[in-house]
Amino acid sequence: MSVASVAPDRETIARHTARRTRRNVIADGALAVATGATLLLVLTILVVILFDVIRHGTPHLSWAFLSEAPRDGMTAGGIFPAIVGMVEMVLLMTLAGVPIGVATAIYLHEYASPVSPVTRAIRLAVANLAGVPSIVFGLFGLGFFVQFLGAGIDKAFFGSDKVFGQPALIWAALTMAVLTLPVVIVATEEALRAVPRELREASLALGATKFQTVFNVVVPQASSGILTGTILAVSRGAGEVAPILFTGAAYFLPLLPKSLSSQFMSPSYHVYVLSTQSPDVDATKPILYATVLVLLALTFTLNIAAVVVRARMRRRNAGGAG
Amino acid sequence: MTTGKTDQEPTPPKLTVKDLTVSYGDKKAVGPVGLDIVGQHVTALIGPSGCGKSTFLRSLNRMNELIPGCRITGSVHLDGDPIYGPGIDPVAIRRRIGMVFQKSNPFPKTIRENVAYGLRIGGINDSREIEARVERALAQSALWDEVKDRLDDSAMGLSGGQQQRLCIARALAVEPEVLLMDEPASALDPIATAHIEELINELSANYTVVIVTHNMQQAARVADYTAFFYLGELVEFDRTDVLFTKPSNSRTEDYITGRFG
Amino acid sequence: MLAAAPFWHRAAEWLLHAMAISAVVAIVLILVFIAKEAAPLFYSHEVRGEVTLGKMLAPQLWPGYDEAASIWQPVSDIPKFGLWPLVLGTIKVSIVAMVVSVPLGVGAAVYVSQYAGPRTREIVKPVVELLAGIPSVVLGFFALMVMATWFQNIFGLESRLNALVSGVALAFAVIPVIFTLAEEALRAVPRSYVEASTALGAARWQTIARVILPAASPGIAAGVALGLGRAVGETMIVLMASGNAAIVSASFADSTRTIAATIAAELAEVVFGGAHYTVLFFLGTLLFLVTFGINSVGDWAIRRMKRKLGSAT
Repeated sequence: MSVASVAPDRETIARHTARRTRRNVIADGALAVATGATLLLVLTILVVILFDVIRHGTPHLSWAFLSEAPRDGMTAGGIFPAIVGMVEMVLLMTLAGVPIGVATAIYLHEYASPVSPVTRAIRLAVANLAGVPSIVFGLFGLGFFVQFLGAGIDKAFFGSDKVFGQPALIWAALTMAVLTLPVVIVATEEALRAVPRELREASLALGATKFQTVFNVVVPQASSGILTGTILAVSRGAGEVAPILFTGAAYFLPLLPKSLSSQFMSPSYHVYVLSTQSPDVDATKPILYATVLVLLALTFTLNIAAVVVRARMRRRNAGGAG
Repeated sequence: MTTGKTDQEPTPPKLTVKDLTVSYGDKKAVGPVGLDIVGQHVTALIGPSGCGKSTFLRSLNRMNELIPGCRITGSVHLDGDPIYGPGIDPVAIRRRIGMVFQKSNPFPKTIRENVAYGLRIGGINDSREIEARVERALAQSALWDEVKDRLDDSAMGLSGGQQQRLCIARALAVEPEVLLMDEPASALDPIATAHIEELINELSANYTVVIVTHNMQQAARVADYTAFFYLGELVEFDRTDVLFTKPSNSRTEDYITGRFG
Repeated sequence: MLAAAPFWHRAAEWLLHAMAISAVVAIVLILVFIAKEAAPLFYSHEVRGEVTLGKMLAPQLWPGYDEAASIWQPVSDIPKFGLWPLVLGTIKVSIVAMVVSVPLGVGAAVYVSQYAGPRTREIVKPVVELLAGIPSVVLGFFALMVMATWFQNIFGLESRLNALVSGVALAFAVIPVIFTLAEEALRAVPRSYVEASTALGAARWQTIARVILPAASPGIAAGVALGLGRAVGETMIVLMASGNAAIVSASFADSTRTIAATIAAELAEVVFGGAHYTVLFFLGTLLFLVTFGINSVGDWAIRRMKRKLGSAT
């Protein structure tokens, strides 16, 4: 079957080609510019927020601010108790959540059969856990930890006293641990996946059990991934408010939290309350901005640290091993 | 380097290559090459792996430019018009010179839309014209009978040989003047390969075909002219029967007698 | 002669297995315990005296009003639990957020994957992660303190805090979600498609629009789905910037209330076990199920995309 097209003359082809070329050049340029503009816009958002917070927050920032307690109805003083509260909560959260998250990732990657229904259930659960709204975590913390576990502990050990059956440091920490579980699991799994098969085979060939291989060879290799996950979890824990609204956070406490059942202050919760319920907006504005600055500085530092650790881990795995 | 010259050819060559050299950064990949590709015949480029034949082929439709650091000197003319030059749009060149790749690469679209793709980007949107040209292209690549009832199925469901014929149909739909084929059958089984070779024979009646192959017997079967490349240079270019029976260069003779591969 | 593996290795492995199902346990517990607190809505006489599911969904004729309306006013002499103002508020804010975040997120992803060099990509990706790392309470603060005033000056709006402001601030949180997934999907499109398109004489923009974007669309859609899930469930930004007026209105410039913000705002004041408490937990269950659905769809799409790309060329 032959090509029976009546070919237009060379001049017509050349003219059409020239027109198409001009249109294509314009369209190529327009697409690049348009998409580049959206990228610029996204970056600008970040810059604008940073700029505003730094501009208004730095004047009030000082060592005194970080080390003093608030005074005069939050119009003066510092946020020291909030920092302490946050640190305590995050510490408990990490102690509770990281080992479980790492264990889950190790199980998923080293032991689980990819097709078993249990594995699929765990993966589905992790994916969905990551998408649960933070306020639902707050409800969960209230309904399960405070009302169920807490009340149960009270009945068993404290009679009619309300000790754990109310908002408490431990419950907020545990709620946050559940919320940040997916973060730890995903980061740890990425690190485990990057450990080359040859290392495992070498260990097993020397007569080590699977458990020994996993804990003496694989996990140490994956430690920077675990670190990344922990850092990211801490960053989330420091910033989220909804989960701790009803499980332990308080606006003003006269004393620092001294036990697992105490309530605590937190810079993130502080920002929320100062923004929405301050009786004198202008007077508390400097403290508010300074608190936001501290919170932002903290989360940014943590996120950048996580990026650096992850980049170094990826570079090491790409160049060195396997 | 030999200047490709053929005797007993009254028509002017379709593609004229003069002093073409392709380098990546500082490393020269192939050249300088001088060659005349005869119109409406099949020219095969043979040689051991890494000899530059694919690189040379890709410089004929300006596909090498996609690789950063690539530099090309020399000239290529299509019917007397230069392909390279400051004002010359590579997009337009690629509509006149089509390419089929070693590993078939159909789009994850329907069979019809794969073949129609080149037409749509060329501004043709009339559905009747598209239908007609899609059917013609699929018939030319001997695939029409097998797919005419399932044009709306995904192209990814076709077998390897069918996918390659689909890619050929896709290239033919734009009605190029020259068809470049980079080892088109190397990923296919012998039966599919035979189909492709038969196809090449039919296509050469209307198209100029340049085919890269690492299989000497394939070149002997399908090509009218053969060019032998070795270590980045064009060693010899002649009619296929001459090159394979009475090669003028000893390196050619060594290669075709299997003294090295 | 090597000894057999010590017993405690197996015990430790068993412990590992046990800890690993914690994620499943957590999800189940969450659903169980919030549904448990919401269940009285369906069986408790005292609660049902004040409110039932029917009364929440259908407009009610309240004393003092001319016609039946869906009103949310749980703290009042006659508690009203009409659901629609909250649903409408959630939808309005989510629409604004998606309308802003999808073009920005996908556009930026196209630029980074198609036009930017590797160095630009190495800078942009961490920066977008920084944007993702901004706590939502800070975004809510920024919307409340700064953006609300801007919007009011630029658009001349009546209410300072409204669906528009909170929706745009919400978009800031959603953009990184869409960007990350879209960029990954765009970059995963096989080079062979790009080569085939170029060899057919397509210009760059044609290859991007006709081949790359369609091939990446499952991944992009997954990103959008996950972003939508985030938008629907987000609490702090909306709590601080939407004005918290539970009204039924078509205008985006009016104050509004979302389901998530309602729970956060009102749970502190409720009587444990009362009707209001039960309804709030019911809203939480609703939110959980909706976001569970959206995220499952998004996740399924991601897994399908990864599988399809594995089997294709």
